[in-house]
Amino acid sequence: MEHNESSQGDFESTLKKHAVELVDSLEKGKFGDAVQLIHELNQTRDRGLYQEVGKLTRELHSAIVNFQIDPHMPQAEEVSQITDATERLSYVVKLTEAAANRTMDLVENATPLINSLSDEAQALSTDWGRFMRREVGAEEFRELARRVDGFLTRSSEDNRVVSSNLNDILLAQDYQDLTGQVIKRVTQLVTEVESNLLKLVLMASHVDRFAGIEHDREAMLAEKDPQKHLSQGEGPQIHADKREDVVSGQDDVDDLLSSLGF
Amino acid sequence: MKILIVDDFSTMRRIIKNLLRDLGFTNTAEADDGLTGLPMLQSGNFDFLVTDWNMPGMTGIDLLRAVRADERLKHLPVLMVTAEAKREQIIEAAQAGVNGYVVKPFTAQALKEKIEKIFERIG
Repeated sequence: MEHNESSQGDFESTLKKHAVELVDSLEKGKFGDAVQLIHELNQTRDRGLYQEVGKLTRELHSAIVNFQIDPHMPQAEEVSQITDATERLSYVVKLTEAAANRTMDLVENATPLINSLSDEAQALSTDWGRFMRREVGAEEFRELARRVDGFLTRSSEDNRVVSSNLNDILLAQDYQDLTGQVIKRVTQLVTEVESNLLKLVLMASHVDRFAGIEHDREAMLAEKDPQKHLSQGEGPQIHADKREDVVSGQDDVDDLLSSLGF
Repeated sequence: MKILIVDDFSTMRRIIKNLLRDLGFTNTAEADDGLTGLPMLQSGNFDFLVTDWNMPGMTGIDLLRAVRADERLKHLPVLMVTAEAKREQIIEAAQAGVNGYVVKPFTAQALKEKIEKIFERIG
């Protein structure tokens, strides 16, 4: 970077010096000298430009090399880190989806058991109340006793199933550990890529200065107008509690809607 | 009561389907975005629509607008269940004629309240 500053500085001081000399030679009528000065100016500029483009190319090359995969992996040559990161993230999506489905399977399996036990307990409780009030005859009591017996057996079996489902639901959360590790690695890669890209952008801006290129900033900003994407949806907001333009929960939504007359 | 659930994530459709079943609504159908959901609504005698916002193909807000623009569907109650949480977006949905708005992550209680409120208002 320091070298850059100095080559930029050299260029600018040469520019200033030659400009003064150029005006001087023109005023004195030394046109030959003037042409020579213009030629030298051009050469200085071209040299700087070549140097910057050279540096940019080298930096670009090393950035591309830096994107290469971890050398410990067997397919290191073919797979760039970006491809790897994409695959890692797909793996996260797959794991979380599988865990969600596994959890819902277990819940859907347990819910009818619990509901049916609860219904049966309620029915038995009603009849048991009648028995306590001596409203039940001998024949009906034998039937009631059979139902209580069946209920106790089924209750114990179903409880085992529900308890085992709860345990499996707990285990289904093990994806958190794996996905956490993967996401941390990808986050690290994104940070590295960002800093490499930033270096390239800085290099490119030096080339721009030497070459006198100016970019239409407004057009560039307009391309990523956030308004255009709003109705496409943005997905979850991360710092919802710190932002004024974002609701922080259902209560906020309800307040906003009721202020609109809902 | 026939309900259409539109969301691009099958797990979210399944969660909503389970919560609706818990509330006593067992007649549900699913679609993964507005493009598949709209024809189902047009031919299916649905009484209620629950939709996400951010989906590939046709988004939920566009689906809502299409429903309101359709002569036969324009009175269909629509509940939006979405992660979209910008005030502007909620206002946009309200202006497009949404009947309720639930932000993800949501609770079973919140979903229940909004659905009950919508049916109460419709009578």
